[in-house]
Amino acid sequence: MAQDLGYLKETASQTAGPYVHIGLTPNFCGIGGVYEADLGASMVNDRTLGQRITVTGRVIDGAGMPLKDALVEIWQADAAGLYNSPSERRGAADPNFAGWGRSPTGADDGMFTFETVKPGRVPFHDGRLMAPHISFWIVARGINIGLHTRMYFPDEAAANAADPLLARIEHRHRAETLVAAGRTPNYVFDIHLQGEKETVFLDI
Amino acid sequence: MSGDQSGGENDRPETGAFFARDRAWHPPAFAPGYKSSVLRSPQKALLSLDGTLSEITGPVFGHSMLGELDNDLIHNFAKPGESAIGERIIVHGRVLDERGRPVQDALVEFWQANAGGRYRHRKESYLAALDPNFGGCGRAITNGDGHYCFRTVKPGAYPWPNGVNDWRPAHIHFSIFGHGFAQRLITQMYFEGDPMIWKCPIVGAIPDRRAIEQLIAALDWGNTVPMDARAYKFDIVLRGRRSTFFENRPEGN
Repeated sequence: MAQDLGYLKETASQTAGPYVHIGLTPNFCGIGGVYEADLGASMVNDRTLGQRITVTGRVIDGAGMPLKDALVEIWQADAAGLYNSPSERRGAADPNFAGWGRSPTGADDGMFTFETVKPGRVPFHDGRLMAPHISFWIVARGINIGLHTRMYFPDEAAANAADPLLARIEHRHRAETLVAAGRTPNYVFDIHLQGEKETVFLDI
Repeated sequence: MSGDQSGGENDRPETGAFFARDRAWHPPAFAPGYKSSVLRSPQKALLSLDGTLSEITGPVFGHSMLGELDNDLIHNFAKPGESAIGERIIVHGRVLDERGRPVQDALVEFWQANAGGRYRHRKESYLAALDPNFGGCGRAITNGDGHYCFRTVKPGAYPWPNGVNDWRPAHIHFSIFGHGFAQRLITQMYFEGDPMIWKCPIVGAIPDRRAIEQLIAALDWGNTVPMDARAYKFDIVLRGRRSTFFENRPEGN
């Protein structure tokens, strides 16, 4: 026997279920008056620095149908490549940009929408710069543990080609699942849960 | 939200990457007993990578964003002078990480069915009655000790279309933010002594019985308020992070 490390086990994940919008975007699903506004609905204000972009997309199941009961969250650096987080030690991020957003997928079309700014580049472990990207997290009924992935930009071909995470994807055509469609300033990022176009999800 | 708060019990915010997730402890993406997972589960291997700055950082939520009734589901949707119907309970506990350290300033959001097992949602079709005084959502932010608490009514069990006769045990949904985006977690809390826990296909997707037991809140007799509300204690554990014993700094920094 050796000493007990004393570590705890992470609480097991459970599905967000069909009514995740009640808890996380109550105003969106008609529960008014509890919170002034849904958290993460608005990411930028008049003073936020950087190029305004819109990211829309759908989360699509294995039968090709967009999910209408999903919730998508994003997390990204500001225009200068700094995160608005205490663990960011390289400098102070734009105080007018939290870097986090939350969107339900719409009840009619299954679209999520984020009005944000284009993120700057952030260094990898070894100091090399990663290509500009936005981190995504997806939960819904039928998803037992939240799915992490990233969105990269279609107009950053050179940076994408040198990105250390994209370079780790063994089957090269699958790297394309992480690159949005569209062009400045309107990007479209569809997330495929299964099938030929299955998005690369991350264990990170 | 602001970025000017300290990042934990230490003065210096932590910058280590998170422990690798023990995926055998969590329910697998594909769990055919829970039919909705069949077409919504990725089938290819995840790309595994040690966390970068993009995952070890995360948003911060300030206590100032909270309204007075945010953690009181008995009253936060009720008409003035009225309250939600059901068994009054207090749910409280701590948010810790795998190293046993409290996670302070963690945003904890919760949602649930009413006492009859009915959700306030346009897609909800269960015949149990809506409670006009119950919305079903609330939130809290942990204090320096990692503690949170809220007041609510005990949710009812309800049937759902999966198997012919599947019922969900009484449960409360929890969403938790730690200090890094990679810690993001959604889970469900169950109640001590409920025999329906062990019949539920969603619970049953968790392979390890100990992981299920960790989701069952204990009746906390000590904190039960006489003539008012019973207490249940539910601790939540988020991924731990590595200590930065040796910092690798690019030359010149």
